[in-house]
Amino acid sequence: MTEPAVVELAPTGPLGRIYALALRHLYLLRGSWPRLLELVYWPTVQMILWGMITQFLVTESTWVQQAGGALIAGVLLWDVLFRGSLGFTITFLEEMWSRNLGHLFVSPLRPVEMVVAFMLMSLVRTLIGTGGAAVIAIILYHYSVFDMGLALVAFFAALLVMSWSFGMFVSALILRFGLGAESLAWFLVFALAPVSCVYYPVSVLPDWVEPIAFAFPSSHIFEGMRAVLIDHEFRFDLWRNAMLLDIAYLAGGAAAFLFSVRVARQRGLLHQVGE
Amino acid sequence: MAEPILVAEQIAKRFGEVVALQPSSFSIGPGRIVGLLGGNGAGKTTTMAILLGLLRPTGGEVCIFGLELERHRYQILPRMNFSSPYVDLPHRLTVVENLKVYGRLYGVRRLEERIATLAADLEIGEFMKRPVGKLSAGQRTRIALAKSLINRPTLLMLDEPTASLDPDTADWVRTYLERYRAATGATILLASHNMAEVERLCDDVIMLKAGRMVDHGSPARLIERYGRRNMEEVFLDIARARATPL
Repeated sequence: MTEPAVVELAPTGPLGRIYALALRHLYLLRGSWPRLLELVYWPTVQMILWGMITQFLVTESTWVQQAGGALIAGVLLWDVLFRGSLGFTITFLEEMWSRNLGHLFVSPLRPVEMVVAFMLMSLVRTLIGTGGAAVIAIILYHYSVFDMGLALVAFFAALLVMSWSFGMFVSALILRFGLGAESLAWFLVFALAPVSCVYYPVSVLPDWVEPIAFAFPSSHIFEGMRAVLIDHEFRFDLWRNAMLLDIAYLAGGAAAFLFSVRVARQRGLLHQVGE
Repeated sequence: MAEPILVAEQIAKRFGEVVALQPSSFSIGPGRIVGLLGGNGAGKTTTMAILLGLLRPTGGEVCIFGLELERHRYQILPRMNFSSPYVDLPHRLTVVENLKVYGRLYGVRRLEERIATLAADLEIGEFMKRPVGKLSAGQRTRIALAKSLINRPTLLMLDEPTASLDPDTADWVRTYLERYRAATGATILLASHNMAEVERLCDDVIMLKAGRMVDHGSPARLIERYGRRNMEEVFLDIARARATPL
């Protein structure tokens, strides 16, 4: 045996541990082409479909004529929200599927660091998924979402933060109720679609639904997106509202996730992951 | 006498009406190998999960390295590690990828060197680049052991380290643990159903039955106290409640 008398441990700090967990998921993505394909497949199919619809409607609708890219931009930005949330939750689910949570929770990794690593992976997965679709939109429809410039960066950031809030909330539910609840990762975020007003203005909603819609950051962002595309104006007020709501949602999501970890420690769910 | 590495003071666990562990106290001195014995549902995994901080006890407290586990968790954890058949390493990652990830999580300096040492000691060099999921049960056990040793823990907890292994591989693991303790002076707590393993490895044994600590002592003393020939017979006596200590 060549065991040394001492193995030096260097306090790597939060960044080192966050990087270590992100690295685990980057290794996973790098070594699994089905996972990579899954990331780009649906955003691309969605974008192609809505691109065709746009091409048809451009000749039929004056509203679409005004902003030919509104539907494609809507598809791509909605996918930021959907993929971001799914990216966070799937990263968490990968740990449950591989029954690795026990190892992580007895390592020096703190739950908050775990959350940040999952956010990083959500960003990576979202960039791969929607980035590919955005490039295909340029090639097929000569529409570049990047023409929105800095506004796109602002919308992307606001949607991503919202997606992390939902990712944390859904992950908390899955940790609490087990892998039997994993389908929540895919369908729960869709409940946001009608009130996010991705493809239509908030004004088309019934009066009583409008306040509900404005309680979600996404409705402000999609209104802002249409303002850029139709009126060529960046509505700072809408973006600010979205970011303020995002802060509240992020705090709520983090609280839900950390609370579920606490409950899981009380109920013995961390080392006996299952349905 | 040296300060104990681990002190469990009246630790207890209830899940609603179900009592998983009745208040139990014990301590483990430095450099000892201690066995946690009991039948299925006796409370071994519950006890170990509490000692690892994976499960919050409903009563009592755990001190490790002189620090209270609940309050000083992140000072304690870098010096501990564990392996269990209930917890896996990511199957799709290769052995070396898994060890790199855990080495970084534990902040191991000169990680490449450490991984090379473990690969040589545990004879896993030939499958370092293979995904963990493609390995045999025996190979996976050695990989789990490598992960649990990546930070050269002062306190190592092993839940059924030789479960589902063939006798040859199981013997290899036991020999390795003996050598590891001798080389490092580490304290090892292991839960096991294998009485021969316990007799061979353990300095002390904690016997659990139906969530209660029913006895403890060295294997030799327990055998003597129950008037039996080996730990297997002691275990059966306790499990079937047919004997009391002499």
